[in-house]
Amino acid sequence: MNATRTVPAALAVLELTVNNHPGVMSHVCGLFARRACNVEGIICLPLGDGARSRIWLQVPDTDKLEPMTRQARKLEDVLEVIRHPDGHPVFAQLGAAVG
Amino acid sequence: MKMTGAELIIRLLERQGITTVAGIPGGAILPLYDALGASTQIRHVLTRHEQGAGFIAQGMARASGQAAVCLASSGPGATNLITAIADARLDSIPVVCITGQVPSAMIGTDAFQEVDTYGLTVPITKHNFLVDSVEELLDVVPRAFRIALSGRPGPVLIDVPKDIQNATIEFDEWPQPGCAEPAPQPADTALAAALALIAQAQRPILYLGGGVVHAGAAPLARELAETAGLPTVMTLMALGTLPETHLLQLGMLGMHGARCTNLALAECDLLIAVGARFDDRATGKVAEFCPNAAIVHIDIDASELDKIKTAHVALNGDVREVLGRLLPRLGAQADRRAWLARIGELKRDFPLKLDGRHNPRHHYGLIRATARAAGPAAIVTTDVGQHQMWAAQAYPLDRPRQWLTSGGLGTMGFGLPAAIGAALAEPQRPVVCFSGDGSILMNIQELATLAEEDLDVKIVLFNNGALGLVHQQQTLFYGGRLNASVFRGQPDFVRLAQAFGIRTIDLDAEPDVPDALAAAFAERGPCLIHATIGLEEKVYPMVPPGAANTDMIGG
Repeated sequence: MNATRTVPAALAVLELTVNNHPGVMSHVCGLFARRACNVEGIICLPLGDGARSRIWLQVPDTDKLEPMTRQARKLEDVLEVIRHPDGHPVFAQLGAAVG
Repeated sequence: MKMTGAELIIRLLERQGITTVAGIPGGAILPLYDALGASTQIRHVLTRHEQGAGFIAQGMARASGQAAVCLASSGPGATNLITAIADARLDSIPVVCITGQVPSAMIGTDAFQEVDTYGLTVPITKHNFLVDSVEELLDVVPRAFRIALSGRPGPVLIDVPKDIQNATIEFDEWPQPGCAEPAPQPADTALAAALALIAQAQRPILYLGGGVVHAGAAPLARELAETAGLPTVMTLMALGTLPETHLLQLGMLGMHGARCTNLALAECDLLIAVGARFDDRATGKVAEFCPNAAIVHIDIDASELDKIKTAHVALNGDVREVLGRLLPRLGAQADRRAWLARIGELKRDFPLKLDGRHNPRHHYGLIRATARAAGPAAIVTTDVGQHQMWAAQAYPLDRPRQWLTSGGLGTMGFGLPAAIGAALAEPQRPVVCFSGDGSILMNIQELATLAEEDLDVKIVLFNNGALGLVHQQQTLFYGGRLNASVFRGQPDFVRLAQAFGIRTIDLDAEPDVPDALAAAFAERGPCLIHATIGLEEKVYPMVPPGAANTDMIGG
């Protein structure tokens, strides 16, 4: 789990709409970490008045993705999960900014 | 209305119908205890360790099906609860844990008895809350009950900083108490597909899990088995849903199931899984579990469907509601006479061998004799180990919620506090706690709680001077190298129980075991019944860990 790793070739993006409070990131990220699934990229921004946030997670596109998606849908603070098997432009844009 | 946060929590618990809570006070939860002391509805059971409080709440919840509450202070109070919370999570038990936390302004400063209770309990609760305003309590407390009871039940923790317990709130209207939300309804087409698979199956088996108990679906599961003529296996968590004496029942499957049960599963062409999650102790090596079977899987938790075995038909819903929709539509079934004859043959040739079941000085015989003395109304709890598996195999269970055991987490120390909880929830029933000399010491301090509450709990202590199941595995799979499994010293359990003020019977010294048991159960109230069990006794049959269920040893 602690070995240095390379970014997997196939990445999918999960787009989550969540309640915005201090514990949400720990619920969401913990779900992946304790199943030994490395989240390669994370972007989180508040929506509108800030009662909700949107999280984009860049994760390995493996057999684990479907069960992980079902687990994510069970989280109380996760209101919606959308899967983007071909990635999402938000990471390309951020990638360009990071350089 | 105007009151403090602490008073508000207590009123909200009262409005949930809570009448008994278990816990231990401490600095950060003293405001709540002050408010609790003024409640005329809620009785507090003072335990001697917070883990005991967690398991007492579990015992109440498991026996009643209602959500139960435990309380602890911050820091060590909260960390001591953790094993009981994790246990509730794995067995899907609705428990609401309320912990005190250091005042909001001191969070993150390494204050006295501060620990990140919220962070620690994220992975072991269904959901958790760190309350950050007194107003939030109006929403959080009913929500905690709603979450604990909805869908697949589970534990919820509310961490309440001390300043929020002391803060004052004014509000106009009480929130509605939290209750279970409606479950998802699988489509009619999926139901039709399941009915078609069931009707056509030549060699079907019905596989019942703990979800049947949680949903109150045992009568419907029995009706399904009887109407469609389905041989039925149960997980450890589902024992009692079909009575031991029922013609169609094949008992417990898996690691310590009967040979006939695991062999029948290997031959089935349809497995109907109801509220079961294909746990590794039940399936053995998954690739070889029911290798030729189509699978119909009914579960309220969508993430359990296709998790271990891909279902041919997956029905996501409450198992009672789904069975209620399936039953009236069960049409003509395939001719199953040959299959039922084959099951009869397997039962005749490879039965569960309960050697010594007529000898009350033998473990199986002692379990049977205890059942006769306790009577059919008794609730049975266990600790974890050989005694647990022997009881699972031999106790004549015949109703749901009769059998309370730590299935998923396998927590030694569960039995005694869970028995106290069961006795609090069902005071009219005697409670039997089967325990071992390893397990009992893990929560022995709760004998003080038991004596104080004077509950009708009879502890039957199987003493083999060892961690029996570890000893068994070392004997069978580690070349007989018995490292750290045999106790070199041991307390005198009879005198220990007496020191706690508990009546005792030492069966080793009794000339007539059934008479001694009858005398023990004739008198209401706690009693510790001690019996020496041979260290060479094993739980058989046994599927070696990681092996296929058809590769059984012994039995």
